Amino acid sequence: MRKTFTFHGGIHPPENKHQSVRTPIADAGIPPELIIPLSQHIGAPAGVVVEIGQHVLKGQMIAEAQGFVSVPKHAPTSGTIHAIEDRLIAHPSGHLAPCIVIVPDGKDEWIECKGTPHYETVDKVKLIGLIRDAGVAGMGGAGFPSSVKLSVKAGTHIETLIINGTECEPYITADDALMRERAEQIIEGAKILRYIIGPQETLIGVEDNKPEGIAALRAAAQGTGIEVVDFPTKYPSGGEKQLIEILTGKQVPSGGLPSQVGVVCQNIGSTVAIYEAVVHGRPLISRVTTVTGNAVREPQNFQVLLGTPMRYLLEKAGYQPEKNRRMIMGGPMMGFTVPDIDVPIVKTTNCLLAPTEAELPTPPPAQACIRCGMCAEACPASLLPQQLFWFAQGKEFEKLEEHNLFDCIECGACSYACPSNIPLVQYYRASKAEILQQRRDHEKAEASRIRFESRQQRLEQAEAEKEAKRAARKKAAEQRAQSAGTDTGEDPIQAAIARAQAKKAAQQGAGDEQSELEKLEKTVVSAQKRLDTATTKLEQAKAEGSDFVEALQTGVEKTRTKLAAAEQALTAYQQSHNQAAAEQDAPPVDAAKAAIEKAMAKRQAEAAMSPLEKAQSDLAKLQQRLQKTEEKLAQSKANGDEEKVIVALESTVVRLSEKISATQQTLQAAEDA
Amino acid sequence: MALMRLTSPHAHGPMSTQRVMQYVLLATVPGIIVLTHFFGFGTLVNILWGCVVAIACESFALKLRGRPLGFYLKDCSALVTAFLLCIALPPYSPWWLIAVGIASSILLAKQLYGGLGYNPFNPAMAGYVILLISFPVQMTTWAPPLGAGGEVPGLWQALQACFTPGQYDAVTMATPLDVLKQNNSLLIEDLWQQNPQFGTFAGLGWEWANVAFLAGGAWLLYQRIFTWHAPVAMLASLSLLAAIFYDGGSSASGGSPLFHLFSGATMFGAFFIVTDPVTSAVSLRGRLIYGALIGVLVYLIRVRGNYPDAVAFAVLIMNFAAPFIDYYTQPRTYGHSDKRGEK
Repeated sequence: MRKTFTFHGGIHPPENKHQSVRTPIADAGIPPELIIPLSQHIGAPAGVVVEIGQHVLKGQMIAEAQGFVSVPKHAPTSGTIHAIEDRLIAHPSGHLAPCIVIVPDGKDEWIECKGTPHYETVDKVKLIGLIRDAGVAGMGGAGFPSSVKLSVKAGTHIETLIINGTECEPYITADDALMRERAEQIIEGAKILRYIIGPQETLIGVEDNKPEGIAALRAAAQGTGIEVVDFPTKYPSGGEKQLIEILTGKQVPSGGLPSQVGVVCQNIGSTVAIYEAVVHGRPLISRVTTVTGNAVREPQNFQVLLGTPMRYLLEKAGYQPEKNRRMIMGGPMMGFTVPDIDVPIVKTTNCLLAPTEAELPTPPPAQACIRCGMCAEACPASLLPQQLFWFAQGKEFEKLEEHNLFDCIECGACSYACPSNIPLVQYYRASKAEILQQRRDHEKAEASRIRFESRQQRLEQAEAEKEAKRAARKKAAEQRAQSAGTDTGEDPIQAAIARAQAKKAAQQGAGDEQSELEKLEKTVVSAQKRLDTATTKLEQAKAEGSDFVEALQTGVEKTRTKLAAAEQALTAYQQSHNQAAAEQDAPPVDAAKAAIEKAMAKRQAEAAMSPLEKAQSDLAKLQQRLQKTEEKLAQSKANGDEEKVIVALESTVVRLSEKISATQQTLQAAEDA
Repeated sequence: MALMRLTSPHAHGPMSTQRVMQYVLLATVPGIIVLTHFFGFGTLVNILWGCVVAIACESFALKLRGRPLGFYLKDCSALVTAFLLCIALPPYSPWWLIAVGIASSILLAKQLYGGLGYNPFNPAMAGYVILLISFPVQMTTWAPPLGAGGEVPGLWQALQACFTPGQYDAVTMATPLDVLKQNNSLLIEDLWQQNPQFGTFAGLGWEWANVAFLAGGAWLLYQRIFTWHAPVAMLASLSLLAAIFYDGGSSASGGSPLFHLFSGATMFGAFFIVTDPVTSAVSLRGRLIYGALIGVLVYLIRVRGNYPDAVAFAVLIMNFAAPFIDYYTQPRTYGHSDKRGEK
């Protein structure tokens, strides 16, 4: 006997399994319509590859996998694609999702399937591909694509392959029925998985409440090296993490994968599906589903085509709708209620539970938490559910995370044990959703912040680069100037530029009016000079009897007109300027008198102010002063000034603050008035 | 008819808060029978009157708070408080003493904090301490047990003592813990022989009352109403200290472990007061610490303090510490290597 371990907590709810295993697995047959949701697994939904009106054969692919975490869908029987539309699906939220609707032709005609019975000769990666192409996803509950689970990262050493036949949820017997009737297929499937993964040991874990299944598996496993391990029944032994602890004593690190502790888990149903896919080449198009509860007359297991409406299957089991108030897909601990019984059976539908009110009564209103700790005793993750409940009520998300809310597997053991009927799991689910939303929002905000900051940095960098270039140019120029200066004493070009600049500066510095006047005067003076020179030259030429007399004569004339024009301009300018100046100077202005007048006006204005306005202006002034004083205080603090100074400044701040509040009160009073 | 939409889990266990309270009430019955046998009908009358006052106070508070009466009264928590306080009170207490105690318990210690589940202090013990501090004379007089000389009063006398306190002169006698406390010259053995209060292995009457409460507590434990941690830790630390300071039964002895285990309110406290879930630590390790420290305090106050018994003070002091203990005793979550939320 292999040593098994136990996990913390757990509960023993009534099993209610015997009702549905009295008869062998029955064939549910072909319903009039099959509804195949494109997403029956965790991951991306499959992409449709058929058209409306197209005839498909049983096992033909109708939707292909999209992405790594995705699996394809296949036609469960031969027939015609009737519609590709949104239908109500089996989901807790009761939302519509894209589905392919097939109307069977009743012939149940298989597409050609090529099996690989001698899988040992085939490459492992190719086998994983086969499993993926067959659409195998975890059939225990979550529906995680099996191929993804099997694609263990290279270099990960897998010690233990675990086939999970625990089926710890009450009522459900789908895996039990498989163990009893198809033990050989399970063992074959386990051998395929063992070949793909190459573990040191292969275990099939079963709770000891299934003696027939255990016996059948043991008989089939004889000589294969696969060990069937049974252990005491306790909910939730079938949780992946709990089963790993039971069989190996190891705990999967929080937030980690089983492969991190050298374990890969597969469900019994998935193992059979993998056997079918590899050995017979048949895709996953049907599964075993338990139909049970006191609202059905003949609880039993069915081999049912995926896509079969629940109503069809329930009627096969003698459904009594008048006795049934809620329809649960899955078990009473972790299953969810479906909105309507026309939703289809999917890959994860291990059970349909139709309880009567007496069987699973409507929960009474919750009472106060008395912190009895029964939830903590039941929790398989060693959490403190009552503390989590407290924090969840107060929306203390940090505390919730500190108390490891995300290690909660939502098994429902705490709610089951709670004497006050508090829906604990519901609180945790809601809090998890809120925290995840917050994290998403936070990530978004963080991304925006980083984007903004890096943009700022980019801009600053560009500016700095420009500045550096400018500085470099300036330095280079200075160096050039220096080197030129040492060679010849003065660079003529530089000197000229400097002169020009100096002149310009002088002109600018003198003011516009001044320079305009000067310019005009200069023009007059230079014109006078030129006229004088020209006149002298003309007289000289006349005296010498030169040929140029006529030309000089015109030159003198021209110069004279220019002089006249310049003189005219100057006079005009002077006249206008003087007038303006005279106008400006007209009222005799006394600066001191003006200041006094201004102050008096202000005083009068203040006096004329209403108390409200006065208070407001006082407040503004005080606030200005306070601000200044505070700045001073901060500065002297930063400078490390004497304590005396700081104290004095501080008291000033206090005084000003008091005054401000007094003024504010006055203001308030004024406003009220 | 539309199908109901509910979230998992759909199944619920058989336990309910009402049932937890009823089990606790039931578990006190053997102790009450033994107390009645040795001390007469005083305790029973206490309880009957206490229950009436408790229901009245609870209803009054619920009405003020605008809560549905039926829903909250049926959780039986007020009755549990009444039972526990009235068992702790001396038999033949006057009606007003009981009324003040119950009102303090229900109104001050429980409803003012928000009712069941929100009270930081054990309501029964809070009420007890308020009485002990306010009315020390009435609170420290205890009837003599059967076999210590004198008659045990009957039901009529008990009723008289309760409702017409002036007309009934109750006979009183020091409790064994008192006697031990006042001892300053005698060896334990001599003390034992000279005082009629002592019985086979502890106080006369008291020893069997403690045995009865132990039996009731064991039954609750068997019914998984609480875990063994806090009571066992309390009894263990109390015995350990008593063993260390027994001093061979000298005149300075604090009393034997057996004497301490079966005297006063030890068993009653361990199984009915310390186990109050609302006011104790919640994690299992936390409960061990919580219980053990109560045991230490009980011993210290009994032997060194001013009061002969100490369960109420010890429990109230540790009620203060419970959240603190919880903070440091968070259990290691599955898949975590350390306790404090680290991975």
